[in-house]
Amino acid sequence: MIGAPILRVVLSKPSGAIGVTLVVGHVMLAVLSPLVLPHDPIAQSADLILQMPSLSYPFGTDRLGRDILSRVMLGGRSAMLIATLATLVAMVWGTVVGLLLALIGGRIDTHMMRIVDALSSIPGILIVMIFVAALGVGAAALIPILGYSYGLSVVYIARAAALDFVARDFVLAAQARGEARSTILIREILPNVRDTLAVQGAMQWSWLMLGITSLSFLGLGVAPPTPDWGLMIADARGVMPTAPWAVLWPMAMLSTLIVGVNLAADAFAKALGVDQQLRTVAA
Amino acid sequence: MTLLRVQDLTISRTGSGAHIVRSANFALDSGQTLGIAGESGCGKSTLLLALMGVVKPGLAVTGGLVHVMGQDLRLIAPEAMRRLRGQSVAMVPQSAAMALTPTMRVGAQLAEAMAVHDAIPPDTIAARTTTLFARVRLPEPDQIGARYPHELSGGQMQRAAIAMALACGPKLLLLDEPTTGLDVTTQAGILDLLDELRRETGMAMVCVSHDIGVLARLTAQVAVMYAGRIVEDRPTANLLTRPAHPYARALMASVPRIESPGLPPSIHGSPPPPGETGRGCAFAPRCSRAHAACEEEPALSPLTEGGRIACHAPDHGPLAPTEMPDPVVAQEAGAPIIAVRGLVVQYRRASLLSRLTRRSLPDPVLAGISLTLAKGEILGLVGESGSGKSTILRAIAGLWPPSAGSITLDGANLPARVTERDRTALRRVQVVFQNPDASLNPRHTVREILAQPLRLYFNASPTEVEARARRLIADVRLDPAHLGRRPAQLSGGERQRVALARAFAAEPDVILCDEVTSALDVSVQASVLALIHDLCHARGTSCLFVAHDLAVVAALCDRVAVLHRGRIVEEGPARTVCSTPEHPYTRSLIEAVRRASDVRGHSFGES
Repeated sequence: MIGAPILRVVLSKPSGAIGVTLVVGHVMLAVLSPLVLPHDPIAQSADLILQMPSLSYPFGTDRLGRDILSRVMLGGRSAMLIATLATLVAMVWGTVVGLLLALIGGRIDTHMMRIVDALSSIPGILIVMIFVAALGVGAAALIPILGYSYGLSVVYIARAAALDFVARDFVLAAQARGEARSTILIREILPNVRDTLAVQGAMQWSWLMLGITSLSFLGLGVAPPTPDWGLMIADARGVMPTAPWAVLWPMAMLSTLIVGVNLAADAFAKALGVDQQLRTVAA
Repeated sequence: MTLLRVQDLTISRTGSGAHIVRSANFALDSGQTLGIAGESGCGKSTLLLALMGVVKPGLAVTGGLVHVMGQDLRLIAPEAMRRLRGQSVAMVPQSAAMALTPTMRVGAQLAEAMAVHDAIPPDTIAARTTTLFARVRLPEPDQIGARYPHELSGGQMQRAAIAMALACGPKLLLLDEPTTGLDVTTQAGILDLLDELRRETGMAMVCVSHDIGVLARLTAQVAVMYAGRIVEDRPTANLLTRPAHPYARALMASVPRIESPGLPPSIHGSPPPPGETGRGCAFAPRCSRAHAACEEEPALSPLTEGGRIACHAPDHGPLAPTEMPDPVVAQEAGAPIIAVRGLVVQYRRASLLSRLTRRSLPDPVLAGISLTLAKGEILGLVGESGSGKSTILRAIAGLWPPSAGSITLDGANLPARVTERDRTALRRVQVVFQNPDASLNPRHTVREILAQPLRLYFNASPTEVEARARRLIADVRLDPAHLGRRPAQLSGGERQRVALARAFAAEPDVILCDEVTSALDVSVQASVLALIHDLCHARGTSCLFVAHDLAVVAALCDRVAVLHRGRIVEEGPARTVCSTPEHPYTRSLIEAVRRASDVRGHSFGES
């Protein structure tokens, strides 16, 4: 989908190169870390409580004497998995609805968008609270819930991107030929908004990553004792004055990932010309 | 002192170093006029901008100089340059609609243009605004300044833009396609105004246009550019009647003329992409007179009868009158393939509010149109913008359901909406749109573009699609290599050919062409017209050809219908309508075409 020339443009800029390196590094770490763990991330030890970073425990240990390096290496895995699946859900339904509304237009579009406006006004966190805190569902249930609430913003983006194209003559030409609406969506419009949506998807993913980590921090996401950055920060915030490393490492991991995704998405957006595409109305 | 002196001006791309304009040389005194003619991409607009000291990003002046009133534009300080622009040199941009700020009243914009240059005492600005509006013949000059650009018509916006250019009394006026996109009657009015202003003020003018008629009307001298170079530069009347450079000759000949119906000849091949010329004469590959010497680039050298030419093999004979091809006889005006009866299109139904306030309905776009298109016939539909000509086409295509009236295809009723038509009815009527940039999906290859109708109407298999696409691309005289390209990699003419190939892929009985050549260069237009003619006649396809240019319609069509304010005012064989128009509106239309392109009726600069 993304050709070598585009990748070369992205890597030629420092920000793009840093972003791609950070993302690739994080993904590799998440995939390969189970093979190279220095210690058992769950094993507690009363003798090793809040150790300073040392040779055998380079990142130090936490309140329960667990190795922070091992936990940090694994701590993004659950959140990344949930974020990826939730992004897929959000992108698919948001894109389908957004493109359809742009193509149909008229009164249906206006009314549906007001409903989307209304739904967007309900904070996503509230919906998560209702489901997770009140009904007690597990982390897997976060996928459809987050997918729904983040998908609302995709509807706006997809619709806006597609509106640029639905008024063009090639869509009119397809309508005059008598092409089915689904064919027009998939063959005529989707290829033109694909880049915009891909970049949007990357941004969505980073927001979801932050959202899930926040939920874990609040105790509504990943359940202990699974190593997770949000849980680790929550767990260590009481000992921050005495053992700052216990919060520092998971925070550093999360921020490098988020910054990396944003830098990379930005560089791809520029290389693909997404910025201009959203702004120009007619060729 | 020479007002404008351009010497060996060369403008190149900063990256590749490719030359966009090469060694341009000319000079202009006050009151003199120069036209620059050429096809898109020949460098004429780049050259014009350089006369104001502007080069577009990505380009740079790499040689030569531009002197305006003795000042070298390369050495001039930014502040002096700012003063120079507006007070000495001013430009009327190509599209006034784009150049005027939509959120500002036109009077305020004009006042701003004067205030910026501090040339006019502030207390006289208001009075001068009115004077300027009066000078460009805008109605109610004391009140029109309170309007916003969208409240003006296209011609009025162009007049306002001219007023802005005149605000500080420039010595040199630069015009970039001053009448493109305007109706022919409006166009004639703007050209009259410019000519008058030049005579009153004695300012010099440089006008860039692809339309020879515009230059004939406005300038005493014309330089023809090809691939970044001036190839012929002569007094206008001389150039129009006896051009000597083969390219200039072909360009003049490709203009359709209302006096001599029949398809104008077209130039084979296409110009080299900007900056990619070899060592020899850039036109040699397309030139019928090219010989061995043409491998060396000819210098621009003086002609005995005045002017300059860059050609090893000039043709000094008079421009042969377009040989009259056999009159295109409508094929035995057969049974109508399309019959339109009492077609009415109205913008919208009266709302409750407007019914309560008794506001009358806007005039209908189409007020009861009836016309027939016979099998194998090419019917031209002419009118100014807003006359409803495109609306008829869209109604037939099912894209704009009429409020009343019926459309039949081969005697069978054609449903109003495209979504209600069956596949066969859809296949039999195909549309080609005005602008191929917009009507071809930029993400698709030509192969994919042609595959769509083949799959939709014939359920063609991939091998069948490939075979048919190859045949179609050859039918529109393109190379099979084009199949793998995307629209952005094609020229405007090639894109329109692809759009035609897509329409003919459906093997239609009727094609509806909506201003299909108005976005093309005149030489490309000639070849696309020839292609439409050949394709329709070879296949017996009927064609409804909508255009605003009567000369184009006269060249291609068997029969013409003239549309005015939603009604057909005259209808008949193309030749009859053009030679002996009955309706006053048709007569004024023909008169305007003549006035916009007539050489004899124009007075040359006092030189």
